[in-house]
Amino acid sequence: MFEKALVGSRRYWTLVFVLLGIIGIGFLVYLKQLSYGLGITGMSRDVSWGFYISQFTFLVGVAASAVMLVIPYYLHNYKKFSKIIILGEFLAVSAVTMCILFIFVDMGQPMRIMNVLLHPTPNSILFWDSVVLSGYLLLNIVIGWTTLQAEWKDAPPPKWVKPLVYLSIPWAISIHTVTAFIYAGLPGRHFWLSAIMAARFLASAFASGPALLILLALLLRKYTKFDPGREPILAVSKIVAYAMTANVFFLLLELFTALYSGIPGHRHSFEYLFLGLEGHGKLVPLMWISVFLALGALFLLIIPTTRRHEKTLTWACIMVFISLWIDKGFGLVIGGFVPNPFEKVFEYWPTLPEFIISIAVWAVGFLILTVLYKIVISVRESVGPGEPAH
Amino acid sequence: MSMDRREFLKFIGLAGLGLGIGASATGWIFSRGLEASEYIPPPGALTAKRWAMVVDLSKFKTEEDYQRVIDACHKIHNVPDFGNPKDEIKWIWTDTYEHTFPGQENKFLPKEFEEKPFFLLCNHCDNAPCVRVCPTKATFKRSDGITMQDYHRCIGCRFCMAACPYGARSFNWRDPRPFIKEIDPTYPTRTKGVVEKCTYCVERLAKGLQPKCVEVSNGGLIFGDLADPNSEVRRILNTHFSLRRKAELGTGPSVFYIIGGEEDV
Repeated sequence: MFEKALVGSRRYWTLVFVLLGIIGIGFLVYLKQLSYGLGITGMSRDVSWGFYISQFTFLVGVAASAVMLVIPYYLHNYKKFSKIIILGEFLAVSAVTMCILFIFVDMGQPMRIMNVLLHPTPNSILFWDSVVLSGYLLLNIVIGWTTLQAEWKDAPPPKWVKPLVYLSIPWAISIHTVTAFIYAGLPGRHFWLSAIMAARFLASAFASGPALLILLALLLRKYTKFDPGREPILAVSKIVAYAMTANVFFLLLELFTALYSGIPGHRHSFEYLFLGLEGHGKLVPLMWISVFLALGALFLLIIPTTRRHEKTLTWACIMVFISLWIDKGFGLVIGGFVPNPFEKVFEYWPTLPEFIISIAVWAVGFLILTVLYKIVISVRESVGPGEPAH
Repeated sequence: MSMDRREFLKFIGLAGLGLGIGASATGWIFSRGLEASEYIPPPGALTAKRWAMVVDLSKFKTEEDYQRVIDACHKIHNVPDFGNPKDEIKWIWTDTYEHTFPGQENKFLPKEFEEKPFFLLCNHCDNAPCVRVCPTKATFKRSDGITMQDYHRCIGCRFCMAACPYGARSFNWRDPRPFIKEIDPTYPTRTKGVVEKCTYCVERLAKGLQPKCVEVSNGGLIFGDLADPNSEVRRILNTHFSLRRKAELGTGPSVFYIIGGEEDV
C-alpha cells in the first residue's frame, strides 16, 4: 500500500520537496544547537521551558482529538464518519510524532534519552508520558493502516482491530491527562497548580484538533478528488462548537478563582499574560489576539447559520486553531514561569534558531500527514466511490 | 467464534509471549538494582541521619561577608560566570527578604530588613519535588537527606527546574568550561545540557570536612544533624525563632533562617 505514496502529481511532489527543504534547514540549525547547547534558544534559568515544550503540549491535544471521531463512529455507530475517521487517526500519528520530536529537541543531552527506559521511574509523570505517547502512536498506526488496508482489499477489517479501537479511546484521554499532570502537580507553580488543568487541556484539544481536521478535509476536497461530504463536516463543527465553549468556560473558571480570591501567586501569572507585570508584557498582545479570536470563533460557531455556512465555518476553524495555539502553544507554559519562584519578572521570547527548528518539526509532521493522506486518497480512488466496508 | 487447532495454538503462543514480555517489563520497572542513594560513606566521613543548615543572618554584616561565602563555594565547585542572567549558574546567592519569602512581605518592616540580603541555596527538602519528577533518577535522595544530582545520567529535560519551588537549580545552557575563571582539578566540571545545584558539599563531608560555605562563614552558617538532639543546629533551633522558605508547600526544606537580633546563646 505504501507504494501509493511514491507516485503522485507534480503538486504532490512539490509539496513533499518543499517540506523536505524546510526539514533540511531545520536539521542544520539543530546541529548548531547540538554543538552550542540550548543557550541558542531564548530559554533561561527562570523560564526553563519555552517554545518547544509549548508546541509539544499543544500537539498532544491535536493528537488526542482523533477520539472525537472514534467515539461517534465506533460507539454510537455514526456511519457518516466512515470516510473521515482515517484522517483523524493519521492526524494523530503525525501529531504524536511531532510531540516526540519536540521533546527530543528540548533535551539538553539528547543522546541520553534512552535513560528514561533504562532507569524507568514510575513516580515521574514524564516517564508515564513517554509510555502513553509511544503507545498512542503505535495504536493509531496499527488501527489506521489495517483499516485502510482492509478498505483497499474491499474486505472487512480483521476482528482484532476492534478491541484496539476501544482501547484507543481511553488512551487518547490518557495522553492529554498525563500531559496536564506534568504541570498540574508542581508545588509552587500557582498558575499550573489547578485541578481543572486536565479538563481544560481536553476541552481545548477537542476544539483545536477537530477544527484542524475540518480545515484539512476541506483542503483535500479542494485539491483532490476526496469529498468528505457535507454532513460529517457539520457534525464535526458541532463538536468544535461545544468543545470551544467548554474551553472558554474553563478558562473563565480559572480567572474567577485567581482574581476573586486575590491571592497574589494565583493572580500574577494572569496579570503578566493579559496586562503585563512590573512593566513587562511581551505576551500581552498575543494573549489578547487569542481572546478576540476565541470570542469571534464562538460567535461564528454558536450561530447555526454561520456554522453551517462553509466559508464562515472555515474562518471559525482558523480562528479556533490560532487562538488555542497562542493560549496553549505559548501562554500556558510561559505564564507558569513568570513571575519566577522569587516573584520576579524575567521574560522569555523565542530566538530565530529556536523558531526555525520548531517550524522544521511542524514540517516533519506535515510531511507525514501529506504522505499518509496521499495513500488514503489513492486507495479510495482505486477502490472507487461507495461506503468503505468497515 | 470458532477456532481450529492451528489458530488456537497461535493464540496460546501469542498470549504466552505477551504475558512474558509484560511480566518481565513489570519486573524490570519495579526491581531495584543497586541505587546510588545506597552509598556508604568512607571511614572518617562526617555522617548524619538528616543534614540541615541554619543561616544566622545577624552574623553577616558587610557585603564582603556574603561575597566571601559565595566565591568560596563557586570556586571549589567550578561554577562558571557567564556574566548574564540568561545563562547564569549559581549554587548559593543572595536576595532580599521580599524575594526570599514571597508572600510574607510587609510594608512596615524595619528599614535594615528591607535591604538585608538573605542567602539562597538548595533546601535539600525532605519531600523534594525535583526528585519526584526526575524521569531518570538523575536527581535522587541520599539516606542522610541530601538531594543529589548525577551529571552523567541527567538528560537535560529540566523537569526538576520547573518543579523546584525555590529556583535552586541551574542548567548548563552552553559549555561552562570557558567561563570558569580557574578550574579546580579536584572537582568535576560539567558539560552543557545538564542541571546542577548545591550538594551540601558531599565531596567534603566524605573527607570529614564541613561544607565550604560553612567553613568560611565565620559562624554565620551552621551545619549539622537535625536528627541528633544534641547537635548545634538543634540547639540553635531550640532557642531561636526560625523561618523556612515556602514550608507551606509540604516540601520540608532543611535550610532554616534565623533573623538575629536575639542575644547569642
